[in-house]
Amino acid sequence: MDGLNSFFEPLQGAWQAFEAFMLSEGSPGLFSYWVIIALMMAGFYIVIAHDNLVKKIVGLNVFQVSVFLFYITMAKVSGGSAPILAEGIEQYSNPLPHVLILTAIVVGVATTALGLALVVRIRNAYGTIEDDEIQAIEEGEDA
Amino acid sequence: MTAFYVLFLFLPNAAAIEPHLSALQVVIPLLAAPICVVLRDPKLSWLWALIVSWVVFFISLVILGKVLAEGVITYELGGWPPPWGIEYRVDAANAFVLVIVGLIGAITLPYARASVAREIPKARIYLFYLMYLLCLTGLLGITVTGDAFNLFVFLEISSLSSYVMIALGSDRRALTAAFRYLIMGTLGATFYIIGVGMMYMMTGSLNMADLSTLLPAVEETRTVLAAFAFIVVGLGLKMAIFPLHTWLPNAYAYAPSVATVFLASTATKVAIYALLRLVFTVFGGTTLFAVTGVQEVLIILALAAIFAAAFVAVFQNDIKRMLAYSSVSQIGYMVLGIGLATTQGLTGGLVHLFNHAMMKGTAFMAMGAIFYVIGSVQLKDMAGLGRRMPISMAAFLVAGLSLFGTPVTVGFISKWQLAQASLALGWWYIAVGILLASLLAIAYVWRVVEVTYMEPPPEGAPKGEAPVSMLVPMLIMAAATIWFGIDGDTTLSVAQAAAEALMGDQP
Amino acid sequence: MSGLLSQLSPAELMELAIALPVAGAFLVLALGRWPNARDGASLLTGFCLFYVVCQLYPVVAAGGRPDVELLDMVPGLSVHLTLEPLGMIFAGIASFLWIVTTLYAIGYMRGHHEQNQTRFYFFFAIAIGSAMGVAMSGNMLTLFVFYEILSISTYPLVAHHGTEEAKRSARVYLGVLLSTSISLLLFGMVWTYVLAGTLDFVEGGLLTRDHIQGPMVGVLLALYVFGIGKAAVMPFHRWLPAAMVAPTPVSALLHAVAVVKAGVFSVVKVAVYVFGLDMLSFEPSTDLLRYAAGFTVIAASVVAMRQDNLKRRLAYSTVSQLSYVVLGALLATNTAALGSALHIVTHAFGKITLFFCAGAIIVFAHKTEISDLKGLGRKMPVTFFCFFLASMSLIGLPPMGGMWSKWFIALGAAEGEMLVFVAILMISSLLNVAYLMPVVLYGFFARPAVHVDQRDNDDHEDHAAHHAPPDHPLLRHLTFGRDGVTEAPVMCLLPIALTTAGCILLFFYLDAIRLFLLPVFGG
Repeated sequence: MDGLNSFFEPLQGAWQAFEAFMLSEGSPGLFSYWVIIALMMAGFYIVIAHDNLVKKIVGLNVFQVSVFLFYITMAKVSGGSAPILAEGIEQYSNPLPHVLILTAIVVGVATTALGLALVVRIRNAYGTIEDDEIQAIEEGEDA
Repeated sequence: MTAFYVLFLFLPNAAAIEPHLSALQVVIPLLAAPICVVLRDPKLSWLWALIVSWVVFFISLVILGKVLAEGVITYELGGWPPPWGIEYRVDAANAFVLVIVGLIGAITLPYARASVAREIPKARIYLFYLMYLLCLTGLLGITVTGDAFNLFVFLEISSLSSYVMIALGSDRRALTAAFRYLIMGTLGATFYIIGVGMMYMMTGSLNMADLSTLLPAVEETRTVLAAFAFIVVGLGLKMAIFPLHTWLPNAYAYAPSVATVFLASTATKVAIYALLRLVFTVFGGTTLFAVTGVQEVLIILALAAIFAAAFVAVFQNDIKRMLAYSSVSQIGYMVLGIGLATTQGLTGGLVHLFNHAMMKGTAFMAMGAIFYVIGSVQLKDMAGLGRRMPISMAAFLVAGLSLFGTPVTVGFISKWQLAQASLALGWWYIAVGILLASLLAIAYVWRVVEVTYMEPPPEGAPKGEAPVSMLVPMLIMAAATIWFGIDGDTTLSVAQAAAEALMGDQP
Repeated sequence: MSGLLSQLSPAELMELAIALPVAGAFLVLALGRWPNARDGASLLTGFCLFYVVCQLYPVVAAGGRPDVELLDMVPGLSVHLTLEPLGMIFAGIASFLWIVTTLYAIGYMRGHHEQNQTRFYFFFAIAIGSAMGVAMSGNMLTLFVFYEILSISTYPLVAHHGTEEAKRSARVYLGVLLSTSISLLLFGMVWTYVLAGTLDFVEGGLLTRDHIQGPMVGVLLALYVFGIGKAAVMPFHRWLPAAMVAPTPVSALLHAVAVVKAGVFSVVKVAVYVFGLDMLSFEPSTDLLRYAAGFTVIAASVVAMRQDNLKRRLAYSTVSQLSYVVLGALLATNTAALGSALHIVTHAFGKITLFFCAGAIIVFAHKTEISDLKGLGRKMPVTFFCFFLASMSLIGLPPMGGMWSKWFIALGAAEGEMLVFVAILMISSLLNVAYLMPVVLYGFFARPAVHVDQRDNDDHEDHAAHHAPPDHPLLRHLTFGRDGVTEAPVMCLLPIALTTAGCILLFFYLDAIRLFLLPVFGG
């Protein structure tokens, strides 16, 4: 147990330093961007790496959601309130990106729906939703 | 019928609708599209789409005339002044692209009736025209808008509808092609909004004209740099720039013939326009294009596309696929024009936008007619087609000759302009590349010519031409391929005006 | 008709000279079902065209340079036609020889029972129309446009038989011609345009030393000389022997006159009007191309000697003779350039005669190999005698026209103190003797080997059984009432006699052409 702790200790130290840097004055708000990038890359990786077509769609969704988050965090003003006119509130978050991303969410939903519909039809036509198997079938057809 | 009513209402006071033309350009097909669902009947929905597309084409011509005569047209959507509201802004560059899209949209529809009736189940035909009109809306919207985020919305409207159109293809591979296109297209569009978001972070604006004045002040920041990279890659995916073209060949090969004709002649072109607009207008005030090496990258990718795709095309036995690879290669020429980044080079790229729409439209229309008659576009089934279907093959021959740049066809005009632009910069090796690549085009075109004209038709092979409704649009396109190859002056001067509009803000 | 034509201005006549063959082509297409009417239409178009071209002669001889602008193709660059003496001469011989060849083709195609004759006459006419365009082009762009149309319209003629071999050869043909023109010639043109801002043909040369100088002149010249693949300067000569699979009238008119002459004519035009003789003689970097042309002259002759197939031997001979013209133009003295222009004329008459004879031998004696010609001269004395006379013209012996052009080129080389090229010309003349005379000698003096004769007779009977000769006085084999003589029919002999007479007449009257051309070469 002790050995394991000592193994993780430098890593923990690094993480703490990283966290401290992220939350420090010098890099305001960057923490959320790191999260977004992590999500983005995860989604991207799923799209590329998985052969299952449904998983590809899910990956695509994760990828898109990261962008939604990106817009939303970007508009957040520290200490700002929701953009509703009210007594005593001086600072508002920027409403425009939030509205924009509503549009993007709609587009994302449409894409997902269409993608899944295509997956259903592919399943009917090929009997599988694994990309590698489909490719094997198609190569057989080409030859 | 509503459109008639609306037209009737407005015609007496044409002056009243004239200021709204650039909005109507997009609004008409958008509102007209759902009516296809109401109509349901294949013939009626076709007729409806036909009327709408011709109205749209007419409007685009009026807009071009107006822009060339009076300069930039701006339109504030909903009366909100830019940079807060969405602005439609039409200068020579988008007016030119509007006409290309309008023309192809209008000329494809008369052709579509017979071809669609043959290739798509009757119950789904109205959906095809619905998607057709939506796609038209999206493409026109991308072209007309002056707002970076609005562009994304239209990009997705056109993309989603084209996925559906491709998936309507009769071969089951159309489904996987559409799915792959969907994945790639969505990634591209998402990249694009990431870029737009970053620009917004730094400037607080989404209006293109506004951005072009705000960006130079912050061009040193890493955020703007990243924005630039995301936008170029995102739009690069949409326009199938090598090596991001992998979605294109299958999508074009297995889509219904009409969808291929329409998409091949417009969709990638509009994406190229979008890239031009972003690079030369939005980032026009900055030095990013030259400094970041994007220019060199584009030139190298363009040359790679021109050669590699043409080389692959030589070995295709499915002629629609061959033409699709040829499209990737020809897109390289347009990108090359962008990469040269001079007025002359851009003129070459833009004129090729138009010229390629003509020749590829003709070629794919010929393939549609051949598929209509013999039910295949495989080279092995095409022996003796020069005699079996003389008119369609003649049209294909014209397009083929144009693909490798024979004089008296549009291909020559583009090649001439691009070679001249690169030599004027002293980059002779690019001119050499442009001309050498034509040799590959000769190879892939001539394979088809030899089989169709010099081999005797097999016994009992299907004979006879496609219906007149398909032949006439095809011949009009073929005639345009020749006409604008002889009278290159007209297209070149419009393209030059467009290039100047794009380069206008450049130092 | 003459009343009608006299109302036309020279400019309109020039347009007519291009429109006529095209209209004729479509007439041929329309009449395709009636072979006699179709061939008649072909012939009639030929006569009309020649008449129109003749109408232009006095205008140009009087120093006129009729000019007509057809359309703007690219801003600042139009397709426009200008007629000057060089083009006049080329248009004249091409249109005259078209009539002769059409006569011959009617006899040949029917005697040989060729397929797809309508397609043949259609593209033939289109090819002549584009040759007219090349002849009258007023700038490099126009020349290029018609040059490419000429390449493409002759493809179906080369691939005429549709066999695997014909298709392969046609692929070589089109491949070489298109790739050289697109990758080299077009590049040279764009370069010139960027340098000079125009592509017009200017007397004394479009390019000046302000535009370009030094080694770059050599590079640009190389782009033009090699880019004009139709001039067949080695290593871009392969298409010419390949084109020999075509029916003989095609080889005769296109590959001895229209196509190849369009090539060398373009080279002369480029030398005279784009570079200007002064620049070519001043820049040392152009030497390399002279050697390339000189090498082609010798090498092609040597290759020709080794060919047993008669048409292939003639093809290599053409390659060699074309380089005379290129060499003459590049020597860049007035005399040599004039000589090269004259050589276009004399070689056209000589070589078309040779091909006509070869075609007659193929159709009516079924021989394609030179070694099989033994003793055939006694059977076909007229054909072989004309072959002999045309050979003399090619070698450059009096009293044949070919002597003068060679003389002027050699004289020009000597004037320019480039004796090595004089030597090349002399050696090449000897080689000409070596590859042309054996044909004649075999024909007249060699005894036919008995077993060869036997086999040949069987062959002949076989053939005759399948294809009885057409029973028409003009198409019937001639015997002249003598035993053992079975000459080609009148339809073939008449053109042969005409062009042979042309070779002889050129010896006496070439000076008229020389005086006509003199203004071009600073006379």
